[in-house]
Amino acid sequence: MSGARPNGGDTPSTASAASRWTDGSMDARLRRRYAAERRFRLMGLFAIGLSVAFLVFLLATMAWRGIGGFSQTEARVAIDFPRSDIIIDPASLVGPGADQVVASADLETALVQAAVANYGPEAEELFGGGAARALGKALIEDPSLLSRRAELWLPVASAYDIARKDTGTPEAERMVAAIDARGDLKRSLNTGFLTYSDATDPGEVGVWGALKGSFLTIIVTMALAFPVGVLAALYLEEFAPRNRWTDLIEVSINNLAAVPSIIFGLLGLAVFLNFMHLPRSGAIVGGLTLALMTMPVIVIAGRNAVKSVPPSIRDAALGVGASKMQVVFHHVLPLALPGVLTGTIIGMARALGETAPLLMIGMRAFIATPPQGIADPATVLPVQIFLWSDEVNRGFVEKTSAAIIVLLVFMLLMNGLAIYLRNRFEQRW
Amino acid sequence: MSLFLAPVAVLAVALGGFWLAFTRAGRIRAGGAGRLNSLPIYHGAYAALWAAIPALLLLAMWAPVQTALVERTVMNSPEGQTLPDFDMQRDSILAEAREIARGKREVGFNTESTALAPRFREAENRYSTAAGAVAILIALGAGFLALRRTGLTFRARTGVERWLMGLLLAASLIAILTTLGIVLSLLFETLRFFKLVSPTEFLFGTTWSPQTAIRADQVGSSGAFGSIPLFWGTIFIGAIIAMVVAIPLGLMSAIFLTQYSPARLRAWLKPILEILAGVPTVVYGYFAALTVAPVIRDLGLAIGISSASSESALAAGLVMGIMIIPFVSSMADDSIAAVPQAMRDGSLALGATKAETIKKVLLPAALPGVVGGVLLAVSRAIGETMIVVMAAGLAANLTINPFESVTTVTTQIVQLLTGDQEFESAKTLAAFALGLALFVITLILNLIALSVVRRYREAYE
Repeated sequence: MSGARPNGGDTPSTASAASRWTDGSMDARLRRRYAAERRFRLMGLFAIGLSVAFLVFLLATMAWRGIGGFSQTEARVAIDFPRSDIIIDPASLVGPGADQVVASADLETALVQAAVANYGPEAEELFGGGAARALGKALIEDPSLLSRRAELWLPVASAYDIARKDTGTPEAERMVAAIDARGDLKRSLNTGFLTYSDATDPGEVGVWGALKGSFLTIIVTMALAFPVGVLAALYLEEFAPRNRWTDLIEVSINNLAAVPSIIFGLLGLAVFLNFMHLPRSGAIVGGLTLALMTMPVIVIAGRNAVKSVPPSIRDAALGVGASKMQVVFHHVLPLALPGVLTGTIIGMARALGETAPLLMIGMRAFIATPPQGIADPATVLPVQIFLWSDEVNRGFVEKTSAAIIVLLVFMLLMNGLAIYLRNRFEQRW
Repeated sequence: MSLFLAPVAVLAVALGGFWLAFTRAGRIRAGGAGRLNSLPIYHGAYAALWAAIPALLLLAMWAPVQTALVERTVMNSPEGQTLPDFDMQRDSILAEAREIARGKREVGFNTESTALAPRFREAENRYSTAAGAVAILIALGAGFLALRRTGLTFRARTGVERWLMGLLLAASLIAILTTLGIVLSLLFETLRFFKLVSPTEFLFGTTWSPQTAIRADQVGSSGAFGSIPLFWGTIFIGAIIAMVVAIPLGLMSAIFLTQYSPARLRAWLKPILEILAGVPTVVYGYFAALTVAPVIRDLGLAIGISSASSESALAAGLVMGIMIIPFVSSMADDSIAAVPQAMRDGSLALGATKAETIKKVLLPAALPGVVGGVLLAVSRAIGETMIVVMAAGLAANLTINPFESVTTVTTQIVQLLTGDQEFESAKTLAAFALGLALFVITLILNLIALSVVRRYREAYE
């Protein structure tokens, strides 16, 4: 660039015509450069706008598809209990054994009869297992129903639910239109989705079992990864001598933080299941595997937090006679804790959304009862989403999206908590 | 079950030791004979640590040994001798017997397991009672010796701090142990795999069809384990398509955020990018399979590609690229921020526009950091599992047509290990060989990236 060249005089003869600022071509060039500047800036805005638009689109798609999973279609049906096939002693419906009594009674057959009686022979399959469960609940709530004819709102089977919300088979559509014309159809909140577990019929599924499995797994992960991660961070930052061993530890922690999660799954399969024979599909194996995966993340966040505590704090404590260990545990760690916790929560959120390593260690089985402890076969919410997404039945589409909404809500809560902690407690020195 | 009671007993002993030492030191202090060297609480902690840690360590090391010993005892028992030699069947019988012995199930699928269960229970009881007793004795002995040292001049705090130091060191060694565990377990299974399939076929073969037949005379009974198509698919999706999306978008996002965006807008945009990074991969996978893939297929058909698949490489790669954007953006953000302010000021002072400063000064200076970030992003993309499992196909094609279906290493690992598992079969072991290859590739990428980033950072500080 000739303009940048230092030239002693400002005589027009030494500077070329193009570099003179009064020249017309200079104006044009400047305009071009400013246009390039604006284009570059717009490109940046476009790039980040695209990411934001994608996120909005993703969330909107999931919300739009999934919101139906939280509602269900109910039909009004009149059941004449004394004349139906239901034989239950009303006295047995009081007390803890009531669930068993209802489960062993043949409510399905009674429902088929009631549906046919109300809506004609084509309505044979109007009610599924979900309706039987709702009917059982209603009976436990009010045993006096058994002695009279009653009108109840019961959830319809999945095929008719789809026909009502979207488009289903022609028969289902016709049936739904006929019932709707009589005013006997309504939409209600599907409370079962948060309280039931996995099932084969999309009308009866819920996320409670998977959610409980996720909680148990995360608790195991947290209990192992947090103390180990914090202690390792303190050692590396405050005590470790500079030598080859420390370098090796640092390299392996940094590398572990970037190892694909599926490799941890293979490790879990080979070590925890095939070598140590821990219970397959148990939350304990999932928690151990995820703890190994999360620990490096906590170490790295913990080191940054410890590093940001100013040396004057340590010097002051040492100056009044504290030992090195007392300095670290009485002063450095409490001051670094908000940063450590933020990193831990972000690591936990990642572990909560992890799927691949858990597939490797067998947490993908069909689990219809929520796990009672960390050794029971369990599944977690992301794996449940994966399993439902594989189902052929169309009713599972909205259930999958609804489960995704539940998962995203938990992720947002955890990330929000991390951001709150960071803003509320983190000190700038 | 007593092997689970033993730690509880040891902890109880430790608690008792703590209380005795604490009260004893308290009495000495109240006695007025002089000034205690350490606070009573340190004396207590000293006794408790000595009682608990050696015994717990012993139990932790004993647990896997016991599993092996129990198995050997059961195998040597009269019932165990009759078991078939065939590994897979024997393992499943043993697993069932173990579950029955622990009261997890009533009867086994194999009749032999019911007979084996009492043997299991016997052996487990014998070994765990012995180990538990030894552990409790050690806890009592060590706790007693530590308790006796309580006194005026004893430096209990130093002792406690030495234990804590050991604990800290042990915690940081877990990282090395994990790495070692990964390498050893993968290597061990891979070597077994290479006994069945030659390494040359695995590394250079171009056909992948891992189905091994049940009967020898079945068609295609051999199974082919050439991994070239898998690695091509992985690179095609993760390192080419995804990076074409992620690098420009991530880099431009970082430039906009650090150089142009007003502070209030940045305060909104950064958390949004963090949310994008925090969305679980299974959600991306579902989105790719259900929303993006059909659009891509229709697009491919519309522009006349008849082989357009609904499990196209493009759909998986695009969504993966979007997932990586926040990652690339934050790495680029860091390295641009690390360029000294003087360089930017110098360029602006010479009359360069902001865009010219960024393109000609900041980016060249930040390039090593950006390259390191991109390498880390590639390593993440090729190890990503759920998006490709849900949106990419299973057909091992060697193709450069992005509308066709390709398969990846991670997809095949999941596929091989989640179907009906046969232990000892080449199919199951192949998953570990693929895992080892994936680990080595990502390790190399990570090490290069980390050293590039570190060297570059040293240059400016």
